[in-house]
Amino acid sequence: MSQAEPAAIEAEGLTKIYGSGNTEVVAMKNASMRVARGEVVALLGPSGSGKSTFLTAVGLINTPTSGRITIGGKLVQDGDAAYTNLRSFRRKHLGFIFQKSNLIPFLSAIENVQIAMQLSGESARASRHRAMELLDYLGVADRAGNFPSMLSGGQQQRVAVARALANRPSVILADEPTAALDGQRGRQVMELFAKVAHEQGAGVIVVTHDHRALDVFDTIYEMEDGLMTRSTSSASVHANQPITPLD
Amino acid sequence: MNLATKDIRHNFGRFALTAVGIGMLLMVVMGMGGIYRGVVEDATLLIERVDADLWIVQRNTRGPFAELSRVSSNLVYRAAAVPGVSQAREFVYHTIQRQRDGKPLRIAVLGLSWPTDKGEWLPLSAGRTLGQVHFEMIADKQLGLALGERIKLGKETYTVVGLTENMISASGDGLAFFSVSDALAIQFDTPGEATRLERAARRSRGEQFELAIQQPSVLENAMRPASELPAVAEPQISAVMLTLSPGADPERVADVISGWGDVSVYTADGQRELLLKGSVERVRRQIGLFRVLLTVIAAIIMALILYTLTLDKIHSIALLKLIGAPNTVVLGMIMQQALILGFVGFGIAYLIGQQLFPLFPRRVILANADLLQLAGIVLAISVLSSLLGIWKAMKISPNEALA
Ligand SMILES: Nc1ncnc2c1ncn2[C@@H]1O[C@H](COP(=O)(O)OP(=O)(O)OP(=O)(O)O)[C@@H](O)[C@H]1O
Ligand SMILES: [Mg+2]
Repeated sequence: MSQAEPAAIEAEGLTKIYGSGNTEVVAMKNASMRVARGEVVALLGPSGSGKSTFLTAVGLINTPTSGRITIGGKLVQDGDAAYTNLRSFRRKHLGFIFQKSNLIPFLSAIENVQIAMQLSGESARASRHRAMELLDYLGVADRAGNFPSMLSGGQQQRVAVARALANRPSVILADEPTAALDGQRGRQVMELFAKVAHEQGAGVIVVTHDHRALDVFDTIYEMEDGLMTRSTSSASVHANQPITPLD
Repeated sequence: MNLATKDIRHNFGRFALTAVGIGMLLMVVMGMGGIYRGVVEDATLLIERVDADLWIVQRNTRGPFAELSRVSSNLVYRAAAVPGVSQAREFVYHTIQRQRDGKPLRIAVLGLSWPTDKGEWLPLSAGRTLGQVHFEMIADKQLGLALGERIKLGKETYTVVGLTENMISASGDGLAFFSVSDALAIQFDTPGEATRLERAARRSRGEQFELAIQQPSVLENAMRPASELPAVAEPQISAVMLTLSPGADPERVADVISGWGDVSVYTADGQRELLLKGSVERVRRQIGLFRVLLTVIAAIIMALILYTLTLDKIHSIALLKLIGAPNTVVLGMIMQQALILGFVGFGIAYLIGQQLFPLFPRRVILANADLLQLAGIVLAISVLSSLLGIWKAMKISPNEALA
């Protein structure tokens, strides 16, 4: 990866402090990460270590206390100062999948995917076509007309994945997207991220606890007590972690 | 994709119930306007229908609709002689209350000037106009009398020969039409004992009278019916209505008549003005204030409903913002729901109102102008009441989608 080409994501010295005084919580300390275009990054770490905090900061949803975020070569956030309209920037460039249910309850599965595209000006027809393709790929095409409340947790996750990919974002941020999926489905989703990263040149960060699919990732980062460290290679993490059968 | 209708589709039952509730509220607002229209219509109905160009009333009174007006019955002949007058009619009008089947029956009695006026101008729904000068009547449906029914008023029995619809007095009583002489007989009906006492009083007054002292046989006259006595005035009438000949200038005719010392004269419009400004004005203000109050209440309730609808969608709104929906999308969703709610409510109000209002004891008239005005008000309160929800929605941060 050449330095001349701007990174998909460049986070420098991100710090997030929640509350103040006695209730102060330092959720993230001076965390940095560089994700090249086409690179797929896994973010590991124990519960409460600050993974979601980092991801929402990079996703321009959670303002960091300090630190800089550059996306696609454009400085968008420096401390609490934003250098662009964050909302339209998110719409155009970012795709999210979050830890908890993040579908709109009054829209059907396919409409949840379509809305992301239609907000970017896509026609109803074209968006319907692409949404159906994505749902089909993720194995939930048969539930396209169902409301989220009628879908299982795993099916909801897959619809959310489809929505995140719908606008062909240059950055994909996923917070435990496979938590509710079985091993095979989980792996399929991870492979989809890798495919999208390579085909579209997107930068992808995936928070995961699932060590079985780590070979899909190019780079692995770990967080511990708000501190970010880069593991040398995916293999080393593999070797260090006992493989726990999950299902 | 229209988020407003998608949300409504998903929560249809709840939305429908809310719309019915708002509809009921708007129906009351609509009904209030209709009641006011009804009052005005009923009040001015008689003036409109009798179609008189000028009204001659007792000097310095505001006419029979506003207060008691008494003019002598021969005024008809004086008025008929004024150049430009094609027809002069007596106007005799008073309200009586009788008992019928244990319920009070209020009748607004109106005298028709036989033979010039047999009731041809009345909108008859059944039967015919008066066919003879006595003992016939035309009654409004509201009185609940049937064609051919006979009722006793005073000493005589009258037969219902015709029926009208929606001929109602300013106070909401059904009108009944008699010949002037019958109307006066009903109005001045005195029981036998009262007549005997009156004659005895006349006789004792007469005993002090010089002529009677000189010629006692004159006293015999005191026992004769009042109508045969030149010394006793004829019964008085309420007013005289004039119809002008084509081309006659009402100003000039009115000028001539207002020169007479015993009467005042008004145009039909003048009479209507007086009526509306007088008795109806307070009712109008009363109903108007109620309407304003109800409109404000409807707006507050709608605002609260839209606010809670927004609260229910906090997560979705946060999520929409998170995936980059501009404020206009969120704002549009809430505003559209407000408008849909308002106008579905308005439609429900109209539909239910049309079924319900005819059952009311007094007329409720839904005039197009009033409906249009209410639609405008609904539009305004929909927009205003959505502001609270919009204000809340604007404050929601995308972070809340993750909570
Ligand atoms: N809104 C908040 N206010 C205060 N403290 C917070 C807030 N959000 C997170 N924290 C704290 O910040 C720390 C990091 O939280 P974060 O959610 O980033 O952890 P995580 O690594 O995503 O954990 P998990 O794997 O359980 O999702 C935790 O100690 C948490 O309690
Ligand atoms: Mg987390």
